[in-house]
Amino acid sequence: MASAAKKPAPQPTKTRKKRSHEPAKAELLDFYRDMLLIRRFEEKAGQLYGMGLIAGFCHLYIGQEAVVVGVQSALDSDDQVITGYRDHGHMLACGMEARGVMAELTGRAAGYSKGKGGSMHMFSREKNFFGGHGIVGAPAPIGAGLAFANRYRGSDAVCVTYFGDGASNQGQVYEAFNMASLWKLPVVFVIENNQYAMGTSVARASAETEFSKRGISFEIPGEQVDGMDVLAVRKAAHKAIERARAGDGPYILEMKTYRYRGHSMSDPAKYRTREEVQDVREHHDPIEMLKKRLLDAGHATEDSLKAIEKEVREVVNDAAEFSQSSPEPEPDELWTDVLVEARRS
Amino acid sequence: MTDILMPALSPTMEEGTLAKWLVKEGDTVKPGDVIAEIETDKATMEVEAVDEGVISKLVVPAGTEGVKINAVIARLDGDDETPSSKPNGGATPEPRAETKDEPAPAQAKATNNGHRLRAPEQAPQDAHEPASLKDPDLPEDTTYTKTHVRDALRDAIAEEMRRDETVFLMGEEVAQYQGAYKVSRGLLEEFGDRRVIDTPITEYGFAGLGVGAAFAGLRPVVEFMTFNFAMQAIDHIINSAAKTLYMSGGQMGCPMVFRGPNGAASRVAAQHSQDYSSWYAHVPGLKVIAPYDAADAKGLLKAAIRDPNPVVFLEHELMYGEQFDVPDIEDFVLPIGKARIRRQGDGVTLVAHSRMVKFALEAAEELAKEGIEAEVIDLRTLRPLDTATVIESVKKTNRIVTCEEGWRTFGVGAEIAAVVTEQAFDYLDAPPLRVTQKDVPLPYAANLEKLSLPHTADIIEAAKKVCYREQA
Repeated sequence: MASAAKKPAPQPTKTRKKRSHEPAKAELLDFYRDMLLIRRFEEKAGQLYGMGLIAGFCHLYIGQEAVVVGVQSALDSDDQVITGYRDHGHMLACGMEARGVMAELTGRAAGYSKGKGGSMHMFSREKNFFGGHGIVGAPAPIGAGLAFANRYRGSDAVCVTYFGDGASNQGQVYEAFNMASLWKLPVVFVIENNQYAMGTSVARASAETEFSKRGISFEIPGEQVDGMDVLAVRKAAHKAIERARAGDGPYILEMKTYRYRGHSMSDPAKYRTREEVQDVREHHDPIEMLKKRLLDAGHATEDSLKAIEKEVREVVNDAAEFSQSSPEPEPDELWTDVLVEARRS
Repeated sequence: MTDILMPALSPTMEEGTLAKWLVKEGDTVKPGDVIAEIETDKATMEVEAVDEGVISKLVVPAGTEGVKINAVIARLDGDDETPSSKPNGGATPEPRAETKDEPAPAQAKATNNGHRLRAPEQAPQDAHEPASLKDPDLPEDTTYTKTHVRDALRDAIAEEMRRDETVFLMGEEVAQYQGAYKVSRGLLEEFGDRRVIDTPITEYGFAGLGVGAAFAGLRPVVEFMTFNFAMQAIDHIINSAAKTLYMSGGQMGCPMVFRGPNGAASRVAAQHSQDYSSWYAHVPGLKVIAPYDAADAKGLLKAAIRDPNPVVFLEHELMYGEQFDVPDIEDFVLPIGKARIRRQGDGVTLVAHSRMVKFALEAAEELAKEGIEAEVIDLRTLRPLDTATVIESVKKTNRIVTCEEGWRTFGVGAEIAAVVTEQAFDYLDAPPLRVTQKDVPLPYAANLEKLSLPHTADIIEAAKKVCYREQA
């Protein structure tokens, strides 16, 4: 790959959807629906957790919805997505079914991993969603590897690799940065800076608190984005993804965002004040901000938005119902999927 | 007069080729002058003069192969009365390029503990390879070519890369340097830098990158310069490569090979000498292969590259330079998960893998002199472990000794002893014994290193013990 940097831009492997930085009305309504779906889905997951129907670690995405919805709107179906363990929102944004995600959370056979992965380990080859990884920082080199495969095949698909402010202090992230830049891999690193790595604030854990600068030593440009504003996210993501697609290498998007809930369901979040959370909810909520924009621009009425809300609730309730009524995996499933059975060639 | 001696240029080197003289008789040299080029099996190195003087005689002509270390290659007339016994012959090697390390033993021959095989009429090259080693599954009329283990591995990679466009090789020094141990020699020239990829020194990173490429359907062959360095990458080997198929309900295959030398080289001490056999063989979702000879190295590496699962392929540095017969069969692929009986016998079962097979075979020859016919099983694959072959043998011999280079505690031998005890308890006439490395980090000092590593004599001793024979 030493000559990769000198290679011409990859040839488009499919007809790319034309996008502008500024989404049109219909797309804005999709954003609203998608963010609301994630919000209501996560609220329901929290509720089911409280009822003992979901177990283990369960990390909710509430508050961060604009990040994944805005980035996803700039991707095509052959582009890949990979993230860490706070992954429910990413899966829904990728178009994975709410039923399959919720059924995985309840450990049922109809879940995306047949009940064997749980909250942190879900995948969809069909939707090019590559997990769902429980090891902090692991998505960075794996995502670079997915991008490497695109380059190897001469495809112009791009891999979006998400990780958090906490993962940004892992060494493997920088190993991935180095190779991604050295080989000009088509990868966009999206750092979801929700201010807290579990209970440790960014200021207490990071010598350089501006994560967009973390690529400087590797000549990877980056920028900070208001991750609560879905339109700002979309605009920045579109630019970074098209840059990577054109063969200009990796880019870092630091999304300034906030999670309303604890790190996981068992986290009482004593490390921050109630007022801090309340302030974000009241003044910077991504869904409320988009709602106001839609209403102000006359793209929607209270009634039309209520209709979306109703539709979303139906999807979530259906998923919750499905996740409780569908069966647990058969005992035989214990022994399947350890190895792929070899096909003699 | 000073003798200039053939220098040792790597820990494994015993002899080399004097490729070229850069001085002629009568030339005056001073310290630091490059006087010759010497080829080892790994590299071409320049040799510098240490003393000042006039070259009076080139003892070994250019182009001579097989020049032993410490042989006199030239004589130097000094200005003063330098004693001829000056250590290291007035020459010092200078590597052409800085290497991260070039581990390996100056003492490969010493490690067989002085036990020579019978059949003195055989050439030394064949001494470790009795006729019984021929694979019984191959047709009678099969022809063979003598091949170094390192070249057999290279041939396997090259053949699979020719066959399948998605196969690529990545690792430290695999391309331009031609491999730290010359396993990838010539691959860059044939396949180009798109498919033979030099990585930075970043094991965790490139192991993870390989996993991502495999998730996307490519077939990476990831080389670790040694498995000691793969400890930095073991998180991706286990958490990402081995577990994801299961955690994804069967969606995310990871068809890739992690390969490189494993275990002790020679005189490189504890951090460069660990045997990871039992570590990886412990993990569901991996296949683990540890071949002994060149034919198995080739046939099993080809199988590993084709396998749809992550495969850990444990090579042995001290075997790279050994030659064995490789069958002249197009597309020679061996089944993963099948042990091979390398010597038949009914007195005691010796189970070994990788380089320990050599010592087990040597031990068997010695034991035969004392009337004990040992059956030697080469495991070849550690996961899945071919327990059936081991159990069948124990039912015949009623005695078993396991031989491994790793530590005893929780080792491969512990697993085999447990399986034999569970499945063939009533057949055992003696408790299973384990020959292993001593339970200490591997020391550097030559005598301590030798005490720490298992050798032929240890196997003979253990075999006699399970046969209740008097010790000599």
